[in-house]
Amino acid sequence: MTPESSLLWIVLLPLIGATVNGLIALVAAANDRPVPRTLSAVIACAGPTIAFLLAVGVFRQLQGMDEESRVLVNEVYRWIEAGRLQINFTLLADPLSSVMLLVVTGIGGLIHYYSIGYMREDQSHTRYFSYLNLFLFFMLVLVLGDSLITLFVGWEGVGLCSYLLIGFWFQDSEKAVAGMKAFVVNRIGDFGFLLGMLLVVATLSQSGLPTLEIREIAHRIGEFPPGVIEAVGLLLFVGAIGKSAQIPLYIWLPDAMAGPTPVSALIHAATMVTAGVYMIARMGFLYELAPLASGAVLLVGAATAFFAATIGVAQHDIKKVLAYSTVSQLGYMMIGVGIGAYAAGIFHLFTHAFFKACLFLGAGSVIHALHHEQDIRNMGGLLKKMPLTGWTFLVSTAAIAGFPPLSGFFSKDEILWLTFNGTNEALPWAPKLAWGLGTAAALLTAFYMFRLFFTVFTGNPRAKAEHAHESPPFFTVPLIILAAGAALTGLLGIPAVLGGSNKFEHWLAPVFAGAHGAGHGAEHGSAHSAGLEMGLMALAVAIAVAGTLLAYFFYVKRRDIPENFAIKHPALYALVRDKYYVDEIFYAVIIFPLVLFSRKVLWRIVDMKIVDGMVNLVGYLSRGTSYVVRFAETGQVQTYGVMVLAAVAVILWKVL
Amino acid sequence: MGILSQLIFLPAITALVLLLIPRLPEKLSRLITFAVTVVVFFISVQLLGDFAGTGAFEYEERASWLPSLGISYHLGIDGISLFLVLMTTFLSPLAYLSAWKSINKRVKEFSILYLLLQTGMIGAFVSLDLFLFYFFWELMLVPMVFIIGVWGGARRIYAAMKFVLYTIVGSLLMLVALLFLVRYAAGVNGYVSFDFEDLLRVSIPARGQMLLFLAFGLAFAVKVPLFPFHTWLPDAHVEAPTAGSAILAGVLLKLGTYGFIRFAMPLFPDAAHAMAPVIAILALIGIVYAALVAMVQQDIKKLVAYSSVSHLGYVMLGLFVFNMTGTVGGIFGMVSHGLTSAGLFLLVGVIYERRHTREISEYGGIARTMPVFATMFFLVTLGSIALPGTSGFVGEFLVLVGAFRFSPLYATIAATGVVFGAVYMLWMVRRVFFGPVTKEANRKIPDMNLRELAVIIPIVIGIIVMGVKPAPILDRMESAVSVHLERMGITEIVEAGGADHSTVEHASTEGD
Repeated sequence: MTPESSLLWIVLLPLIGATVNGLIALVAAANDRPVPRTLSAVIACAGPTIAFLLAVGVFRQLQGMDEESRVLVNEVYRWIEAGRLQINFTLLADPLSSVMLLVVTGIGGLIHYYSIGYMREDQSHTRYFSYLNLFLFFMLVLVLGDSLITLFVGWEGVGLCSYLLIGFWFQDSEKAVAGMKAFVVNRIGDFGFLLGMLLVVATLSQSGLPTLEIREIAHRIGEFPPGVIEAVGLLLFVGAIGKSAQIPLYIWLPDAMAGPTPVSALIHAATMVTAGVYMIARMGFLYELAPLASGAVLLVGAATAFFAATIGVAQHDIKKVLAYSTVSQLGYMMIGVGIGAYAAGIFHLFTHAFFKACLFLGAGSVIHALHHEQDIRNMGGLLKKMPLTGWTFLVSTAAIAGFPPLSGFFSKDEILWLTFNGTNEALPWAPKLAWGLGTAAALLTAFYMFRLFFTVFTGNPRAKAEHAHESPPFFTVPLIILAAGAALTGLLGIPAVLGGSNKFEHWLAPVFAGAHGAGHGAEHGSAHSAGLEMGLMALAVAIAVAGTLLAYFFYVKRRDIPENFAIKHPALYALVRDKYYVDEIFYAVIIFPLVLFSRKVLWRIVDMKIVDGMVNLVGYLSRGTSYVVRFAETGQVQTYGVMVLAAVAVILWKVL
Repeated sequence: MGILSQLIFLPAITALVLLLIPRLPEKLSRLITFAVTVVVFFISVQLLGDFAGTGAFEYEERASWLPSLGISYHLGIDGISLFLVLMTTFLSPLAYLSAWKSINKRVKEFSILYLLLQTGMIGAFVSLDLFLFYFFWELMLVPMVFIIGVWGGARRIYAAMKFVLYTIVGSLLMLVALLFLVRYAAGVNGYVSFDFEDLLRVSIPARGQMLLFLAFGLAFAVKVPLFPFHTWLPDAHVEAPTAGSAILAGVLLKLGTYGFIRFAMPLFPDAAHAMAPVIAILALIGIVYAALVAMVQQDIKKLVAYSSVSHLGYVMLGLFVFNMTGTVGGIFGMVSHGLTSAGLFLLVGVIYERRHTREISEYGGIARTMPVFATMFFLVTLGSIALPGTSGFVGEFLVLVGAFRFSPLYATIAATGVVFGAVYMLWMVRRVFFGPVTKEANRKIPDMNLRELAVIIPIVIGIIVMGVKPAPILDRMESAVSVHLERMGITEIVEAGGADHSTVEHASTEGD
C-alpha cells in the first residue's frame, strides 16, 4: 500500500466500522434483539487499530523524507465545482497532521478498548460504537483535510457525533438537551467559520481562481489586504471559540459531560475540542499577519484559562471539575497559538491529550466502581481501594499541575515563557496580561486538581466509596498507557535552556516555517534571557507546589475552612459554583426574548394577523368561491372531470 | 414520440383510462398508478443518457397546435430543468406509495388526480411555449386543490380555498401579462407567437418590462412562496394528505422558483435587475423570519412548512445575485429541498397514520419505540440543516458564496439561517424523539414497515449521494446557467471575480 492510499484507508476504516455497526444496531433495535457484545466490539476496534498502525506508517514515511518536503497528498475526488470555484476532496499529511493523526487514532483506539469495558452493560453498545467510529472518521477528515472546507466537513461532522454521544442516553431529557445545546452553540461558531471561508473565496476570486486549499491560500496570502486578513482571522476564530469552548461559547462543554465518560475523554478533552487550536495553528501563516486577530486569540484564551479555572475550584461533580479544567487548558493552547507559538500550542494539545484522557478515564473508573456516583463529596479514600486508578490519576494530576519532569510542566511552561517573551503589534500590552492570567490560572489549576485528588482518593471513604473495587483490565490498561504518556511525553519537548533539543518543535518546524513570530523566541534566546527563562521556570514550579500545598491544607488538614467559607460568603460561593450565571444570562438576554418575540409577535401577530389577515379579508370578500369548493367536496367522479374540463375551457375562452 | 412527450402523456393517458373503466377495484387502480409512475421514472432516467449539457435546449419536440394563435407544442430541457424533471419523476412513485394505506376512500379518483398532477408538473418543467406552460401550470393546480379539499384534514376547505385564491390571483395576472407580451412581440416580430425563443428575442422598454415582470413575478412568488406571500403554505400543508404535502413541498414550490429563472428573469432582464434588491431582501426576510416562526410551531407539519419558506429564501437569493455560483447553488438547492422537504413530510405522515396527531407535545421519547423511524427522520433532518456531506450543504454553501460576492451583508444575514435551522429542527427532534415516553399511546407504537422504508430509503440515499458527489449534477447545470446569465446581460461565461472580467485570462498565472 502506498503511503498516499493509506491516508484514504485511515479515514475509511472507521467509516466502514460506523456503517456496519450502525446497520447492525438498527436491525437489532427494529427486531428488539440484542447484538453479541464481542461482535460490535471487534468491528468497532478493528478500524482504529488498523488506522493507528497505518498512521505510524505515515509518520515513519514522513520521517524518512527531506525535512522541507514532508508532505503526502492524496487527491481523492472532485467534490464540488461551480463556475470557477472547484473544491477537491483531498487528504494531506504533513508533520502537523501526522501528530494529530497519532493522537486521534492512538488515544482514540485506547478509548475504544476502554469502552468495551465501560459500556459492557449498556443495551445500546452497538449504537455507541457506531457513533464513536463515526466520530473518528470525521475527526480524521478534519485533521487530514487539505482545504478549509474539507476541514469544515470534519468540523461539523465531529459536532454531529458530539451531539449524538452527549445525548446518547436520550431517554433522559436533560442529556438530550445538553446534546442539542452543544450542536447549536457550535453552529454559532460555525457561522463565523463559514463567513471566514466566504471572505477567503471572495478575496481570492478578485485576483485569480478562488480556492479554499490551505496551501494555496498560504501561497497567495499576498493577495489579501491587511484588513481582510484580520477579518478572516477573527471569523475563523469565532469557529474556534465554539469548537474549543472559549469564552463566551464555552457553555456547552460542561453540559456535554452528560455523555458516557469515555466520550468525555476522547471528544470533549483529547481530540475534538482541540480542533480550534489545530485550525489556528494550521492557519498560522495567516494569523502571523493578523496581529489583531492573534491578539484576540491570545486574550480570549487567557481569559478562558483563568475564569474556567476559578469555576473549577467550586465544582462537586468529578466530571464537571475535569470539564472546566479542559476549558481552562484549551485556553492555554489558545494563548500559545495566539502569541504565535504554534508549535508550543500544539505541544500542549499533545500532552494534554494524554493526561486529560487519563484523568477522564480514571474518573470513569471511579464512577463505574461507585455505581454512577459523580459527587466527590461522596467519595474519599479510593487510593487504597483502587490503586491503579488512583496512582495513574495522581501522575496525570501532577502532570496537569505542572510538576517537572512530567509532560504538562514542559508544555505549559513553554507557552508561558514564550508569551512572557512575546510581542503583539496591535495590542502591545496583551502578552504580559495573558502571561499574568496564565500564571494565576496555573496556581488555580494545581489547587483545584489536587483538591479533586485529595477529596476523591485520600481521607476516609464516604458513602458508596466504602465498597469500591479496582476496575478490570479493560479500564486499567489504557489508564497505565495514558499515565505513562502523561509522564513521559514532555521529554519530547525539553527546551534548549535545559539542555534539550525540543524534538517536538523541531518536527513541526517545516509546517510553521512561514511563521516568524514570538514562537521562535526560544531558539534565539540569548544568554540574559536564559537566566530569565530559568527564573520563570522556577516560578512555575513554585506555583505548582504552592497550589498543591494549599489544596493539601484546605482539603486534607482543615476541611472546615472551605466549608465555612462557603457558608460565610454564600453569594460569592454561589457565583463561582453557578459559573458566573453565564448560562442564565444567555437564556435571559437572547433565547427567552427571541422565542417570545417569535411566538407572540412574528407568528401570532405578523403572520397570523397582518399577513394572513389581508388574505382572509380577500377571502371574505369573495365568498362565492367557497360554494364551488363545498360543492366539489360532495361531488362524484364526473363532477371532478367536469371541473377539470371547465377549468381548461375557461383558460381557452379567455385567450380566444 | 419523444421522451418528454412520453413523460407528459403516459400519466395523462393512464388517468383517462382509469376514468373510463367503471368499478375498478381499488387495489388495481393503486397498482396501475404506481406502476405507471415507476415507468415514468425509468423513462426519465434515459434523459441523462444523451444529455450533452451544452446549454441549449435538448430533447426538443415541436408540433403545431393552434398555429393561427401562434401556439405550438414546443418542449425541451436544459441543465436547469433536467434535474427538476428527474426530481419530479423520482418523488412521484414514492409519494404515491406512501398513500397506499392512508388514502382509502375514492382511491380511483385520487389516482386520476395524482396522475394529472404529474402530467401538469412535468409539462410545466419542459414547456418552451408560454401558452403550453400556462396550460400545464393551471392543469396542475386543479388536482392539487381537490387533493387538499377532498382528502385533507379538518380545515381542508379553508386551506383549499386559500390555496385557490392565492394562486388564481397570481395566475390571472400572469395570463394578462402573457397576452400583453405576446401582442407586443407580434408587433415587433410581425407574427404572433407564444414560443419562448421568439419572445426572448424581443426587447421590451423598461417600463413595460417592469409591469410584466411584476405580474409574472407575483404568480411565481406566491408559489415559491416568497415572504409575504407565504401564508397559504402552512395551511395547505397541514390540511393536505401526506402525499399531497410531499408533492406540494417537493415539486410544486419549485415551479415558482423555476418560473423565475426560466421565464420571468430572461424575458424581462432589466426589470429583474432592477427588482433584484427587493427580491433579495424579501428572500432574506423569508430566511430569518420563517426560521424564527418555525421555531415556535407546535405542529410538526407547520414547522416543516415554515422551514420550506426559509430554505426557498436561499434559493431565491441564489437566483437573484446573478452569478454562476449563486445560481447553480440555487438550482441545486431546489432539488435538494425537493428531497428533504418531501422526505420530512412523508415521515411525518408515518407517525400521523399511527397517532392521528401532528402536535409535537403528543410525542416524546419515540426514538425508543421507533428506532428505525427515528434514524430515518434524523438522516433527513441532517439534509435539512445542511450538514456537510448532505445535499443541503452543497446548495446553501454555493448560494452563500454567490451572495457574498453580491453583498457580504446579505450573505451574513442569510448565513444566520444555518444557526436557526439547527435550532428549530433539533429542538423539534428533541421534543418528538428524545426524553422519556410520556404518552401511553406512544409506548406500543409500531416502527416503520417495509413499504414505508421503501418510500424513505431512496430519498435518504439521494440526500447523501447528492451531498457526497454533487459534481456530476453541478456540471450538467453549468452551461445552461451560463446561457441564462448571458440572457441576463452578464457576459462572464467563465465566472470572473465580481466586476473584474479582465483578470480572467491571467488567472492561472496569478497564483504563482
